[in-house]
Amino acid sequence: MSAPEFHVGQQVRISDRRPPVHHRVPSYAKGKIGWIERVCGMHGTPEKFIRGNGDPKRRLYRVRIPQVTLWSSYCGGDSDVLDIEIFEHWLEVVD
Amino acid sequence: MTELPHDLGGQDAGPIDLTERDTAHWEWQIDAMVRLALNKGLISDFAELRDGIEQLEPTDYERLSYYERWAASLAYALVGRGVVSREALERKTESIRQRQQQDSNK
Repeated sequence: MSAPEFHVGQQVRISDRRPPVHHRVPSYAKGKIGWIERVCGMHGTPEKFIRGNGDPKRRLYRVRIPQVTLWSSYCGGDSDVLDIEIFEHWLEVVD
Repeated sequence: MTELPHDLGGQDAGPIDLTERDTAHWEWQIDAMVRLALNKGLISDFAELRDGIEQLEPTDYERLSYYERWAASLAYALVGRGVVSREALERKTESIRQRQQQDSNK
């Protein structure tokens, strides 16, 4: 098992890709920046479950994103966040 | 770039119909067909059916109800795997349509 590519607290960007298969990344989160809240272990790849068993397993992270960056008309507090679980191959380093 | 038709999070949905209703007989039949096809190994798993639903044309996805989507996906899967021919499926659909029309004319 390889070491985690990202660590808790690190800023990450969610990839803005549109593969034509089930991939468990909602379009409202694509391209958004958040930070790693925790590492959630290794799990089957969502794109690899159609006539397959999800291999290879990949590392899953819980990513925390400020609500105000997700919804342009968000009227809750500035400190409100969304926690969403995203696989490593969908996360990019933020420079 | 097009989104898959089920990826609707964050879009305006309008009012939500919260009316309770019973499952219709034909909906149980679709459920039974899906489970039968799974048990017999005619389709591999729910991921295959989910893929079929997400591959629907967005207009079809919007037009069809929950169990209608399951039915469409199961039909595509069974035709794709050669369990049922497209012609046989269309013949049967047409004969059911005619029977329903006759019943409604009575």
